[in-house]
Amino acid sequence: MRRVLLEGVIGGPLTESAPEADDPELVALAEEVERAAAAVLGRSLSIRHVDAGSCNGCELEIHALGNAFYDLERFGLRFVASPRHADVLLVTGPVTRNMREALERTYAATPAPKWVIASGACAKDGGVFKGSYAIAGGVGDVLPVDLHIPGCPPSPAVLLKGLLALMRGKGG
Amino acid sequence: MTKPDEIAEGQWREATRRLAAGEARLVSLWGDGGEARMALASAGRSDLEFVGYACVDGAFPSVGAAHAPAIRLERALCDLHGFAAVGARDARPWLDHGRWPIRHPLGAGEANPAAPAPYPFLGAEGPGLHQIPVGPVHAGIIEPGHFRFHAGGETIVRLEERLGYVHKGIDALMSGAELARGAELAGRVSGDSTVAYQIAFARAAEAALGVAVPPRAHWLRALMAELERLANHLGDIGAICNDAAFSLMHAHCGVLRERALRAAKATFGHRLMMDRIAPGGVAVDLDSAGGQTLRDLVALVRDRFPRLVELYDNTASLQDRTVGAGALDGELARRFGCGGVVGRASGCAFDARRDHPYPPYDELRFEPPALGEGDVNARVWVRIREIEESLRLVTQILVRMPSGPTRVAIAPGGAPGEGHALVEGFRGDVFVSLRLAADGRIARCHLRDPSWFQWPLLEAAIEGDIVADFPICNKSFNCSYSGHDL
Repeated sequence: MRRVLLEGVIGGPLTESAPEADDPELVALAEEVERAAAAVLGRSLSIRHVDAGSCNGCELEIHALGNAFYDLERFGLRFVASPRHADVLLVTGPVTRNMREALERTYAATPAPKWVIASGACAKDGGVFKGSYAIAGGVGDVLPVDLHIPGCPPSPAVLLKGLLALMRGKGG
Repeated sequence: MTKPDEIAEGQWREATRRLAAGEARLVSLWGDGGEARMALASAGRSDLEFVGYACVDGAFPSVGAAHAPAIRLERALCDLHGFAAVGARDARPWLDHGRWPIRHPLGAGEANPAAPAPYPFLGAEGPGLHQIPVGPVHAGIIEPGHFRFHAGGETIVRLEERLGYVHKGIDALMSGAELARGAELAGRVSGDSTVAYQIAFARAAEAALGVAVPPRAHWLRALMAELERLANHLGDIGAICNDAAFSLMHAHCGVLRERALRAAKATFGHRLMMDRIAPGGVAVDLDSAGGQTLRDLVALVRDRFPRLVELYDNTASLQDRTVGAGALDGELARRFGCGGVVGRASGCAFDARRDHPYPPYDELRFEPPALGEGDVNARVWVRIREIEESLRLVTQILVRMPSGPTRVAIAPGGAPGEGHALVEGFRGDVFVSLRLAADGRIARCHLRDPSWFQWPLLEAAIEGDIVADFPICNKSFNCSYSGHDL
């Protein structure tokens, strides 16, 4: 164990600098969302992830946000275990009819002020699963969505961009 | 004189008997039009056997009544097609939570006016027993499902899973779709196994159409499959250790996993390699720079991974959590025909790459590991050995890959066709049965995730363990919710 720890100390960090929010649409959306939030929450956000029916590809990339390369927590962003601790719901997948009520109840359990991010192509409008009898629609068909992050699945860099745009909007 | 349906009934009952007697392994059970169908595999035979039963009066003799691994498949079949399994011990719905606008979406599809009914969980009775409901929304970044524990103090007396929350109706979306759309959907049945599903779907389509794929395409598919296995196993080993609060392993495995995903992005253009495989071949070729990227990745993992294995093996506090926890009985695993890491950690050496060989694995040297203890530790070690095996396979593939075209044009249509494929994903064997209509569109596509035979075993493995050990046991199984719920 000592060797692994030592190498970690002398090897230098793997963490990469933050990506620029280069998508003007994303920035504009985030600013709109966050003008109200800045005064309330300061420069930190607690995120509760909800899988409303995803294929689990989105989850793999959200997990990757925690690795040494992206190190999400350095930005004041952290994933929490309960919606009662959350400011933001990060929702993935199309919303299946079997998950709709669970998603609504998770939203209801999240204290205001709160924001909803729909992450991934399915979360926007059902994606490749659009039109199925088992799908209630995109996240926006069930909850008020404040920000959409595109991709199938959104890569960690794109997720980070979206989340940071939210933070910048809050700070400014 | 025997009537044809009596012959069919005899075959169905004989297949059921063989399954129950352990003479054959259930590969899958599904509905197709007015028929219930079964695929069986038996030891020493590399081809699959298929048995069908025409449900003329909307019913078929239950397989699950004699052979427990069929129970959930049968319940799903009844939900989707509206057939009745005669003699079934468990007639509760499975995928249908009573929330769809229609019932029996692959059958009559009649409107569903009823409100959802409460789901009766199986009971456990005794002094001091209590229930713990968990999910469908869990505390971590994972998929949704419900776990109902009956516990006596800390000890789990019974775990019952309730799944189906992420049912997206993929079977129905497949019906009538063109092949390209089918491939796109197949790649999103379970995102972590997108390569395995795409290969299985493509192989089934190619079998249905009688198309021969260029050799190089087979090798590129295997390269992606081994890369997928490598990345997922690295992530899983780290995550299992993290569930024992040993985050050092998680951090270092996460770095290696990220390197693998970045190599996949650089080489094939997508971190998870979605939409890189299509019926007829592959969508991307490997250039010399890509080959170098993968050789560098192999060298890096070979350099770093042994130290992490040593760290795992020498940390007593971690071993204390993994050794002996969630032990799965080998006999039970065999009965369920459980493949993948879970099966191989409990003495079932089954591996589709070797036992139902498909190119290029018939030309490659590899030895799937099998251990006997069946606990969390054994499942970690099977993953460790498979990572080493995948590194060897990637190296062999890079050295021996033939040159040439990577895709042939396919022209579906002309005549109806049917094809099947069994492909080894990182989680176990993925089965696809595909029937094409005369116009080349998909008439029926059934995709069976390895998790169907692993989820029920998690219930058995956790019995008698403590509630606090459930997360680490669940992670060591790492069954797919989405692949199961479809």
